[in-house]
Parts: sequence; structure tokens; C-alpha cells
Amino acid sequence: MPRLAGTLPSVALFALLLVAWQAAVGVLGIREYLLPSPLAVARALGASDIPWLSHAWTTTVEIVGAFLLAGAVGVALGIAIAWSALLSRALVPFLVFVNTLPKVAVAPLFLLWLGYGIVPNMLIGALIGFFPVVINTAVGLSQVDEEMLDLGRVFNAPKWKVFAKIRIPNAFPYILSALKVTATAAVVGAIVGEFVASQKGLGYVIIATQGSMNTPVAFAALVWISVVGLAVYGAVVLAARWIAPWAETSN
Amino acid sequence: MGDFITLAGVGMTYATASGPVEALRDITLGVRRGELVALVGPSGCGKSTLLRIVAGLRRATLGVVTVDGRPVSRPIPEVGMVFQAPVLLKWRRVLDNVLLPAELAGRDPSAHRGRAHALLELVGLGEFAAKYPTELSGGMQQRASLCRALLLDPPLLLMDEPFGALDAMTRDEMNLELLRVWGEARTGNGARKTILFVTHSISEAVFLADRVVVMTPRPGRIAKVLDVPLPRPRTVETRATADFGALSLKIYEALIAR
Ligand SMILES: Nc1ncnc2c1ncn2[C@@H]1O[C@H](COP(=O)(O)OP(=O)(O)OP(=O)(O)O)[C@@H](O)[C@H]1O
Ligand SMILES: [Mg+2]
Repeated sequence: MPRLAGTLPSVALFALLLVAWQAAVGVLGIREYLLPSPLAVARALGASDIPWLSHAWTTTVEIVGAFLLAGAVGVALGIAIAWSALLSRALVPFLVFVNTLPKVAVAPLFLLWLGYGIVPNMLIGALIGFFPVVINTAVGLSQVDEEMLDLGRVFNAPKWKVFAKIRIPNAFPYILSALKVTATAAVVGAIVGEFVASQKGLGYVIIATQGSMNTPVAFAALVWISVVGLAVYGAVVLAARWIAPWAETSN
Repeated sequence: MGDFITLAGVGMTYATASGPVEALRDITLGVRRGELVALVGPSGCGKSTLLRIVAGLRRATLGVVTVDGRPVSRPIPEVGMVFQAPVLLKWRRVLDNVLLPAELAGRDPSAHRGRAHALLELVGLGEFAAKYPTELSGGMQQRASLCRALLLDPPLLLMDEPFGALDAMTRDEMNLELLRVWGEARTGNGARKTILFVTHSISEAVFLADRVVVMTPRPGRIAKVLDVPLPRPRTVETRATADFGALSLKIYEALIAR
């Protein structure tokens, strides 16, 4: 079990930190609304008055929606840019401009236009996460070994075939590594959207505790967010490994 | 009958960031239909460049190239190209790499599966059809790329050191297989393929070729063209004959004469 042995140091460190945290809160007499102890957070996680699963589900749907949207739009735009120089000249400056906007600042506008609900939160996540996909797709489509393209030329293959059989598979590792970034961005977007205006979701839970000073619940929500975030990220990594086992990307 | 491939006064100068690089100068050569011509010359003398020009993948900066009577201005059809590097697509299994030409040329790949398998058997890769290229050694990848070039049974083969990464034994075996594929046993007009074969090995050149073209260091010019009148079919014993040795020596002398 070398894998288990490999994770042992980090698990041990984590456990040690929890114990130290618990002890510090007790010894120093830190008040709960400032920094709740791990045990208090655990109690909040078990509290029956908060529908954790339902909140986590809402946030998960938003994250997955944002991820899929960002992935689809990002890949499509990347292909458009690599396909034609004209499209590239038309799209790139515009996309760069959109990317320089602080996307979080657009969140209230989305809510204004689209009202409450999961859709605006998905859109915010997608807006934050789509740009790296565009760039990596376009780069992956153009960074092709000249000799591979010669293969296409030797057989007079039409442009779309060269894209389908050579350029797009070649871009796969690039796209996959961008999608990992997008998975993280989708989490940020969903939570920010819920902060701004929402009645459900883990971000909403955190905002709601501000009034009641119920900090243990806020921490519990953070635990849930990291669980959901890790699950989404892990799913992306696994899916990538399954779809394209040859495309070994780092971290 | 006119030559199948003609090169007349062909020159090639690459424009690079650090200035022009003259790769080829005044290459004039004819290759008959069904002929197997080997190209030898020092590294960097423009052999790969020459193959690309004949294939229509690069435009010569000077001179005229024709294949089958037509000037070459874009990639020519019905050519089997073996690049110096294997250039396998790492996301495709070996069999699917071999089938790539059928897909790119818009033919039905499933109709070529049998042939693809047979070719892989021929080069000793029958058991590796379902592997990914990264699971193969360099020499195995080269053999797979040879199968890919042969898939559509093209009448013209342009081969750039196809056996460079093989051990001596496998290389000799592959040479014999290549002669079979070429159609050494067949005679008559159009029975044999036309092959332009780049190699660094003098003995490989002599063993395979009807004629050996010796090139000078860069800029590559033709130093000498030697006929190889050794009888066919050639066998393992051919390499042990006195004529074989004498021809090899001649080529060696042409290569080192500057
Ligand atoms: N795409 C390119 N751009 C610029 N220069 C090039 C390019 N391809 C080749 N050259 C130059 O042209 C010359 C001939 O190259 P080429 O690859 O044809 O040689 P070669 O005879 O095949 O060598 P080797 O035996 O090492 O494969 C070299 O000096 C090389 O630097
Ligand atoms: Mg070369």
C-alpha cells in the first residue's frame, strides 16, 4: 500500500492541526462566534435544523452547470479562433476585454436581469471559468507538430477532417488542464452568486449566519463547499483519464 | 518512356530568422517508373527536404519538379510517405494509426482493416495492434509508420530513413520485405512501385537500390549517381559477394571525396 503510505504524512499533519486548534480554542478561551472549535463545527454539521444535503445539492447543480457551460462555450470559441483568422481577429480582442472585467462585479447585473435562482449563479461561474478554456483550446489546436499536419496534406484531407482527427485530439491535454481550472472557477462563481442574492445553497448559508453570528454553521458550510469542490474536481480528473488515457497532464 | 519523377535544376533555400539557409542546389535527376533509387549523403545535406519537395509538401525555390508528367505544385496524390520520425498519433492505437490514411483520404477504414492487420503481421507487430504508440519502442514505431504508408498500396513510396532505428538483423529482414512489397519478383511495365529511399547506410542502399544517388554536404548537390547492377532477386548472400563490396567501396569514396 505505497499510496496509503504516501498520504500518511499529510493526514497526520491535518489531524495534528485539528487537535492543536481544538486545544487552542479551549486554552485561550476564544469565543465561538470568532473561531469555533472543530468539535463545534462538527456539531453544526450534524445539526438537524439545517437541510445540508439540499443546500449542497443546489450548489452542486450550479457548479456542474457552470462547468459544462464554460467548457462548451470555451471549446467552441477556441475552435472558432483556430479555424479562421477572420474570426480570430474579430473575437480575440473582445474576449480579452471580457476577461479583464472583474467578473464578480457583474454578478448583481446578472441577478437583475435573470432574477433569483440557479441560472444567474451558473452564468457567473461560467463567466469566470470559460476564458482559460478558450485560450488553451486555441493554443492546443495550433501547437501541432508540422509533420502531423503533413500527414493530412499527403492525403489531401479536408480542413474539418484535419481538425477532427489531428488538431482536436492534439488539443485534448491543453483543454483538460484548462477544465481543471474551470472546475475551481465554477465553485467560486456559484458561491459568489449565492452571496449576492439567493435563498438556497452553501453560499447562502454562510451569508445567513452573518446576522445570527452563528459562526460554526459558516465553518460547516465551508467544509461542505470543499467537499463539493473536491468531488467536482475529482470527477473532472477521472473523466479526463477515462476519455483520454493517453493525455497525461500534470497535477 | 519518360521518367516518372523528374527534378530539373531544383534548389531550395529556407528563409530562417538567422538568414537564408541553402539546403539544396541544382539537383537534376530522373527516376523511372518502377525504379528503386537510394539517396545517401551526410546529415543536413537536404535529403529530407528533397523528399518533401517531391511529395509537394514544400515548394522548391528554384527549378521544376514533375511526377507522372505533371508539375508538382501541391501535395501529390497516391504517395506513401514514411517520415524520418514515426509521427504516430499518440491518441490512436497502432491499428488506428495504420488506418489513418484511409480515413483522411475519405475511404471506408473498415474495408482496410484486414490489410492493416496483414501489414502489421508482416513487420512483426501483429500483437501490438491494440497498443498505444507510446507503448512501442522507437524501432517498432518506425515499422508501424511504414505500415501506415503502405496501407493504400500507393504506386510511389517516399521513404526517409525508414529503418534507421532498427537493429541490424531486423533491418536486414525489413529490407527483404521492402523488396517484396516493391515487387522485385514482378517484371514488366508498372508492376513495381517507384521508391525514393533515403538512408545513412551504404550497405542498405546497395542492397536495395537500382541506383544510388550520393549527395554532397550542404548545400546538397548530386556528387555521383551509381548503377547497382547486382542480380535480382537479392538475398542474404548478395551482401557477401565481391561486387557488393566493390560497389559499397565506390559509394564510400564518393561520400568522402570533397
Ligand atoms: N523547416 C526548415 N526551416 C529552416 N531550415 C531547414 C528546415 N528544414 C531543414 N532545414 C535546413 O536544411 C538543411 C537540410 O535539412 P534536411 O532535413 O533536408 O537534411 P537531411 O539530409 O535530411 O539531414 P539528416 O540526414 O540529418 O536527416 C539543414 O541545414 C537544415 O538546417
Ligand atoms: Mg533527414
